[in-house]
Amino acid sequence: MSVAPRREDYDVVVIGAGPAGLAAAATAAEAGLATLLLDENAGPGGQVFRAIASTPVTDRKQLGEDYWVGADLVQSLRAGSTEVIHRATVWSLDRNLDIAVSIGGASAFIKARRVILATGALERPFPIPGWTLPGVMTAGAAQTMLKSSALVPDGRTVIAGQGPLLWLLAAQILRLGGRIDRILDTTERGNYFAALPHAFAFLTSPYFAKGLSMMREVKAKVQVVSGVTELAAAGDGQLASVSYVAGGKRETIAADLLLLHQGVVPNVNLAMSAGVEHRWDDLQLCWSPVLDASGTSSVAGIAIAGDGAGIGGANAAVVRGRIAARAAVEALAPASAAKLASMAALRSDLAKAERGRIFLDTLFRPAAQFRIPSGDTIVCRCEEVTAKDVLDSVAIGATGPNQLKAYRRTGMGPCQGRLCGLTITELMAQARGKTPQEIGYYRLRAPVKPITLAELAAVPKSEADVKAVVRG
Amino acid sequence: MFKRSEQDKRPPVQIFVDGIAVAARQGDTVSAALLASGVDARRSTAVSGAPRLPYCMMGVCFDCLVTIDGVGNRQGCLVPVAEGMQVEIQKGKREIGR
Repeated sequence: MSVAPRREDYDVVVIGAGPAGLAAAATAAEAGLATLLLDENAGPGGQVFRAIASTPVTDRKQLGEDYWVGADLVQSLRAGSTEVIHRATVWSLDRNLDIAVSIGGASAFIKARRVILATGALERPFPIPGWTLPGVMTAGAAQTMLKSSALVPDGRTVIAGQGPLLWLLAAQILRLGGRIDRILDTTERGNYFAALPHAFAFLTSPYFAKGLSMMREVKAKVQVVSGVTELAAAGDGQLASVSYVAGGKRETIAADLLLLHQGVVPNVNLAMSAGVEHRWDDLQLCWSPVLDASGTSSVAGIAIAGDGAGIGGANAAVVRGRIAARAAVEALAPASAAKLASMAALRSDLAKAERGRIFLDTLFRPAAQFRIPSGDTIVCRCEEVTAKDVLDSVAIGATGPNQLKAYRRTGMGPCQGRLCGLTITELMAQARGKTPQEIGYYRLRAPVKPITLAELAAVPKSEADVKAVVRG
Repeated sequence: MFKRSEQDKRPPVQIFVDGIAVAARQGDTVSAALLASGVDARRSTAVSGAPRLPYCMMGVCFDCLVTIDGVGNRQGCLVPVAEGMQVEIQKGKREIGR
């Protein structure tokens, strides 16, 4: 059922079928542009609308109305002429807008006049002692299983961390009859005061009422411990217990499953490998691409929409997708732009969708001890490198993430830094007394997801390609 | 660790995990089916042999690596189950030729 792209070139190629990608592709196709949507998952929706076209959870109230918004986006996409390919992993994008995509174990090569990256977000690393133990997962992982397979935790379950997703997940697990023994809230007390000046915008945003009622729903059924300042998972080859400190008091509880969450960060790998300039965001504590108001990046022809452009949430992602697509239409087929919503209307939609974001970012800014680990805590899960290993390497001369690869192979495993990159940057910045911006990030290159050597070797080669590497 | 909600009416799919029949549902990923099955699905890492289970379930962490129909290092969280699929829990690094 693997289908290669029908054409070799497209007006617009959208990468990622979450809220931003669905909206961008539908908009570009509506204006008559030849549009291709490539997505790694088995169906549309990305993470927030995961399994929107196939979820076995049929009681709409259980997943919440915000989830089902995704069904309308999918419907709009399918009503149009966008070519959609799922289970398609884009492993290369360059400045010429040449794209390599792996579909069913074979690679296809296509060229775009405009690329809209909608690769979304991933969960911020949560490097605590024991986070690699079987039984420790992200909250997003549990939510993915809940949405796509109606699976809920049934052992002794602890949820730890902070942020809106954590409460949404807890509510969804309870509604589906799952088990949660305790919620450990790591929100720093000082954050409440820091967020206060931004409270007005938040109070008038739709997040406020929804968030409050969800927290009430969860707190009525689950013991919530707030002000958690230390957290560790322990067990011998399998999670057995979670220990934490709250209000200066340490407690250890038996657990089969620990779900961690401290916000999401842009998934930067493909954009960075294409050479898109990124800057360190001091509020969101992550790398964000440098973009203009239409989402256009530093690489001509590449725009970024959705959470990959800086975390803004699903509603903002949809609007950013439409803005990026409209900008592509204005450039490629200006006459067709008239049938789309005006840029002014879209910008006003975006301002509305982003209202309250600064409050959330400030309130849920994760604490330093949960971002910058110490001692034997694993930082790089793939190569099993600890915080101490990193600091030792700094002590003998490693200056930044790229040098560190030579010392410790951090970021060189299959996840390509997705789960250690931010930690490495912040850890090295702290150790060297530099800013994260000064320390920098891994230099990312294609292939941004592993492909087999056989697949790479099967790539069509021109005579010039062969001559370039053959002597004589 | 996980159980199925009763409202899940998807048709069953049978897969084999290290030769043992395991009941999955149409639309499950390999990783979801393994976590729902109750079998010991812990792989071991290529570096130290430490046991791992899936961490992110969204194609990022590579802790779900598994051998599927004779091909190693597949991301189980991105591959949907299919009738008769042969899954092997991968211990250590991928072997040459599979």
